[in-house]
Amino acid sequence: MNIQFRENQEAASPLTTKSAIADCDIHPARATRTELYPYLAKRWQHHLEIYGVHAYQGMMEGPPYPKAQPNASRRDAYPPEGGPQGSSLSFMQEQLLDPNNVQLGVLNPLNTGQGIRNHELSAALCSAINDWQIDKWTSKDKRLKASIVVGNEDGLSAAAEIRERAGDKNFVQVLLLSRNVEPLGQRRYWPIYQAAEEAGLPVGVHAFGFGGNPITPSGWPSYYIEEMVGHSQCQQSALASLVLEGVFERFPKLKMVMIEAGFGWAPSLAWRLDKAWQRLRSEVPHVKRPPSEYIREQVWWTTQPMEDPERREDLFDVIKWIGWDRLLFATDYPHWDYDEPSRVLPAGVSEANREAFYLGNAKKLYGIN
Amino acid sequence: MARHVIAAVDELPPGTRKFLEIDGRPIAVFNIKGEYFGLMNRCPHQGAALCEGPLIGLAQSSNPGEIEYTKLGEIIRCPWHGWEFDIRTGQSYCDPRRFRVKAYSAHVEPGASVVKGPYVAETIPVKVESDYVVVEL
Ligand code: FES
Repeated sequence: MNIQFRENQEAASPLTTKSAIADCDIHPARATRTELYPYLAKRWQHHLEIYGVHAYQGMMEGPPYPKAQPNASRRDAYPPEGGPQGSSLSFMQEQLLDPNNVQLGVLNPLNTGQGIRNHELSAALCSAINDWQIDKWTSKDKRLKASIVVGNEDGLSAAAEIRERAGDKNFVQVLLLSRNVEPLGQRRYWPIYQAAEEAGLPVGVHAFGFGGNPITPSGWPSYYIEEMVGHSQCQQSALASLVLEGVFERFPKLKMVMIEAGFGWAPSLAWRLDKAWQRLRSEVPHVKRPPSEYIREQVWWTTQPMEDPERREDLFDVIKWIGWDRLLFATDYPHWDYDEPSRVLPAGVSEANREAFYLGNAKKLYGIN
Repeated sequence: MARHVIAAVDELPPGTRKFLEIDGRPIAVFNIKGEYFGLMNRCPHQGAALCEGPLIGLAQSSNPGEIEYTKLGEIIRCPWHGWEFDIRTGQSYCDPRRFRVKAYSAHVEPGASVVKGPYVAETIPVKVESDYVVVEL
């Protein structure tokens, strides 16, 4: 590899020149394969050494597609002390938190214990990840808050993990992924929603996952670019399922955050759902109100990858439908499709909306003062 | 147009690049098989340090199923979102009409002319008997 880095890194801009922001999708990584062992019972350490991890997905080595950059990450995000991108707190502070004046950073660890067929192992790994998030990240930098990772395919153990962490100020949401064994509205996942609602924690649904189904609704595609756009299709079916199975009706205080799958599709999905619901209402009598109402009341959206239409008016129209109070700014650091805070929002946004977009909405949703 | 001596030729062998700041602008100079190119080290998309990306070739296709791969080692791929730029011209390949990264001419001059000419020596102690890479901006 012929990468050489600049001898003199540009000095980070002083904090005071930039207004504070929230970053609602940061991906911390493990520096080594065994970094979680201190948080795992010996029984599971040995299990991992002997049997490894068995996912629902057929391809065992790595994700379904090689990503566009090593570890799907920015090439300038390798920590100076070595290890994968996103594995060093000090480098994250230097590269992301300090120069961008991040006041709240929400951690969403990926490739954790979710989507594993052995549900006991899944629960143990998720719990270990949660301990690790406190030890390595949130207790060391008060700007960072963690998501409770849960063994998503076993609603009961997932609910137990949520209850155990409830009230712990290190955690601000429950984390699910969008590709699961079944659409997210199905009953097996309801204990998760119940526990989250009781704990007053939003449920984040991040793109990706290892449910074992093809990663587009029409089968396995040829190219990674098809997987990228497939995330929004997957989130659309997840959201339709949540509405139509009655999750929002049954858990009216539940808040969902759609993470990393765009938001430009939200109005058209809601319009299609409303129209179909008017005609097919008797099939789903438990859905008592037009689907769009549940969506607008109970769903938030992170911005990255921020839609970037040619005409900024088109973007503003979509956001107007969703609500300027519903978007949560995110960079997706250290991943390669990172959004730079100063470059994502076109001109023509009022000061109040700008503040809500970058910080206010997130602080309110996650209960940060 | 000021000329800047940025390195002695043997400090910048083929396949390497050098990052520096000239008049407050972040620049990178590449030696590709003995030819020198200078680029502004800031991506016109969202501002990444563009020149920290890998040098690749250009994949083009006249028909689905037919792929030509040319310009090997002459295309820089941004370390963030992977936009591709021609290091000879700074032209982008995803939207050549709107996006270009500023290119600077870089070439080699003998020490004797560098010492005499209107050059700004950037911390390089210039010796008459060597050759130097010079950037114009
Ligand atoms: S910043 Fe270079 S491609 Fe986006």
